[in-house]
Amino acid sequence: MTSKRYARSPQVAARRLGDEIMIMSAPDSTLFTLNEVAALIWEASDGSLALSEIVERDICPAYDVPADLALQDAELLAEELAAHGILLPREEAVFTALGPK
Amino acid sequence: MIAGTSLAASGTAPRTEPQGVVIEIGGIPILLRSGDAKFRAMLEQRYAGFLNPSAQPANEFTIYLNPPPTKIPDADAQVFRNDSVWRIERGDFRAEWDAEACRGYVQQSANPYAIDTVLRITHSLVLAGKSGFLLHAASASRNGCAFLFAGASGAGKTTLARLAPQDAKVLTDEVSYVRRQKDGYFAFGTPFAGELAKVGENIRAPIAALFLLAKGSRNRIEPVARTEAVRALLSNILFFAEDPEFVKLVFHSACEFVGLVPVYRLTFVPNAHVWEMIG
Repeated sequence: MTSKRYARSPQVAARRLGDEIMIMSAPDSTLFTLNEVAALIWEASDGSLALSEIVERDICPAYDVPADLALQDAELLAEELAAHGILLPREEAVFTALGPK
Repeated sequence: MIAGTSLAASGTAPRTEPQGVVIEIGGIPILLRSGDAKFRAMLEQRYAGFLNPSAQPANEFTIYLNPPPTKIPDADAQVFRNDSVWRIERGDFRAEWDAEACRGYVQQSANPYAIDTVLRITHSLVLAGKSGFLLHAASASRNGCAFLFAGASGAGKTTLARLAPQDAKVLTDEVSYVRRQKDGYFAFGTPFAGELAKVGENIRAPIAALFLLAKGSRNRIEPVARTEAVRALLSNILFFAEDPEFVKLVFHSACEFVGLVPVYRLTFVPNAHVWEMIG
């Protein structure tokens, strides 16, 4: 199990629209849409929980999926979002609240 | 038509501000001062129907006229922010507007295009703080409701405005003015015209629907998923400033709008029957 932690970047605006979350990167106006599972990970990423803890708490019980497989997907997602600068690895993470719903 | 001359203290001698014209769009009056009577007359003619000399404008610009440029540039205006001051530049004009002081100036030649751009940009900046926006869309009011038709150039905005039935009032065929008010979203008429070359009716109406335009072989209306609607809406919002805080405001405005106003894809054949489906 990984101990990597991520937090949402303060440089983005995000909104939940039904099961999905839309995110706009403010510096370059790029839009992202997160599906239901990715949205759960995004919302839980406040820098305090490891990705493995988020998967165990929020994903496995809801989707009846093996923890190692779910974690693998979650890591890929987090790395991709981090590459776009909308999630920050914990070392440089700054907690920000999700925008108004 | 002419707003009263005001006096501003400057040492012991009062200084006379140039006379101005108050142009009210979307319920937001802006005073445009110019010492050139011919230019003021041009403003009054161009924005006829949107003049409100009795309004108390919070925002004002003083316009300083330069000699005409050798050519009108095609490039888009650039918008920058430094604290509360927005700087707007294009080859044919330069403007600054202090959003806190609500005052600014424009240096331009005596053509209507520069001030038209300054007005559009200023309104888009003011609206961003009020959950509103300017949209690349035609709009019309019918039976007490407003309908918006968004799309890029060639999508059919002007066509739909031309096809509007007699009991419909065209608010614009080019740039729609959207404001959130206590009882929902409203569309306002604008003087910002497209190919129709005709200013819109200076009225407002609650927005019943936003239609994303597509041309096809038959008329069809389909609902659009909310995330797709937000993407489409954002791609049609007049987005002059790349400022991160402004971008966030516009994003949240688009999400709020889509949460309250139904969005459809309207595929249509360009004839009057399309209005039978709209409202």
